Amino acid sequence: MRRIETPLSEEVVRSLKVGDSVLLSGTLVTARDTAHKWMVDTFIRKTRAPEGEEEMIHERLQFLLREGAIYHCGPVVTGLKTKEYVFKAAGPTTSIREEPFQAEIIEHFRVRAVIGKGGMGPRTLAACSRGPAVYLHAIGGAATLIAKTIRQVREVYKLEFGVPEALWVVEAEDFPAIVTMDSSGQSLHSQVESQSRRVLEELLAS
Amino acid sequence: MEEGREGKRLMRDLTEDLVELIRRTSCELPQDVRQRLAEARIRERPDSAARSALETILRNADQAQQESSPICQDTGTPLFYVRYPAGWSTFNLRDQIRRAVVLATERAFLRPNAVDSLTGKNSGNNLGDPRFPTLHFEESEGDALVVDLMLKGGGCENVGAQYSLPDDDLNADRDLAGVRKAVLHAVWKAQGRGCAPGILGVSVGGDRGSGYLASKEQLLRPLGDQNPDPSLRQLEDQLTREGNQLGIGPMGFGGKTTLLGVKITSQHRLPASFFVTVSYMCWADRRRRLTVRENRAEIE
Repeated sequence: MRRIETPLSEEVVRSLKVGDSVLLSGTLVTARDTAHKWMVDTFIRKTRAPEGEEEMIHERLQFLLREGAIYHCGPVVTGLKTKEYVFKAAGPTTSIREEPFQAEIIEHFRVRAVIGKGGMGPRTLAACSRGPAVYLHAIGGAATLIAKTIRQVREVYKLEFGVPEALWVVEAEDFPAIVTMDSSGQSLHSQVESQSRRVLEELLAS
Repeated sequence: MEEGREGKRLMRDLTEDLVELIRRTSCELPQDVRQRLAEARIRERPDSAARSALETILRNADQAQQESSPICQDTGTPLFYVRYPAGWSTFNLRDQIRRAVVLATERAFLRPNAVDSLTGKNSGNNLGDPRFPTLHFEESEGDALVVDLMLKGGGCENVGAQYSLPDDDLNADRDLAGVRKAVLHAVWKAQGRGCAPGILGVSVGGDRGSGYLASKEQLLRPLGDQNPDPSLRQLEDQLTREGNQLGIGPMGFGGKTTLLGVKITSQHRLPASFFVTVSYMCWADRRRRLTVRENRAEIE
């Protein structure tokens, strides 16, 4: 069990290996399907022009995400009317849906950790080697426990995406996760997939 | 209850009972699931990621129950299966259920999950078109109204699959041996992404639509029950065992338990079609029942 904190230095990230258990503290920014596509379209590939406050949000995200962490999560939030936001349930969503966007986002914003569940694909793994960055697997469905590690909800952007899809900026303390993709090209997910594939072939042949 | 015109009994308002059903379904893991998870935990190596995942899951379930907070932030699609005696109005029941869903969302037992597929806009209150939340109504004998609620999240919904047999790639024919191969393939393909260890509902036969409907309904069955059909019972046990042999483990971390159970049903089919449909439920198999009898409501 190792404690790490944002901003995450290159050295710390390079030292994290598949299988390591970590407790992460610091600033996390939640982002999932809509936010990823929006960031890539608006700020990276620029297939659409930023509107209204979006350029300002971009600058803020550049600050928050540099050597920081993205969390694939659509939380249950209370305090929506009073804006005293509290995370009630905040487990990870399945990350693979962000595979088309993740590598570019890691590179553009210099993200060091991507937190989610189920792992990601080869493009993200390559971006982790270059970054460097790591994929941290949180426990799917440990929503109440994880919400307790979120000490404060500081900011929220793009609430018009809906509560699950907005970009929530939060402070975490001892958020538990396991490194399943590291910056040396290792991925627990591809290991388990090939191992289980061999067993499947045996079972299908019998 | 009073007699209204046309002899239809005017029902009591079940809205608050339904909110309580939603609360307990979202926040309290069923005992049979908890037990299987506890057994799975002991089977994993003490220092393994798999064991740690199961311990976290069980701790989370305790905490969620104590605090009435959702076990998982993806409270999913609420699926209501309502069996009602003659005389109840499905219009009224539908209204009460939809109102209860709105209230439960306001009270943070449910996450707002209804997104317009054309505009991308989240409705904010968990009501969508008339098919969201999902309501199934069936008239039944006797005098008890039974509402089964299942919450099924998107992560596991995404790893469901439907196979059309014969399947050349799998070398699967139109028999139970072929069904076995299709199901094993679906489990392998899902890896940990359905939040393993999962529970499978399987339908053999039907059409593409009824295949998914029936396989999903299988997920209401208690984990410890026995399939009345001996060949299906045998296949359920075999698939659970073999699914575990794949070694995908909790969350796909690698481990001994990949499936907590498999429940199979069969339906009649067209001669030309042979579908095997797999509905994958995550370990957070949230399902509970409200029974209303003689004006008394009970939730289990």
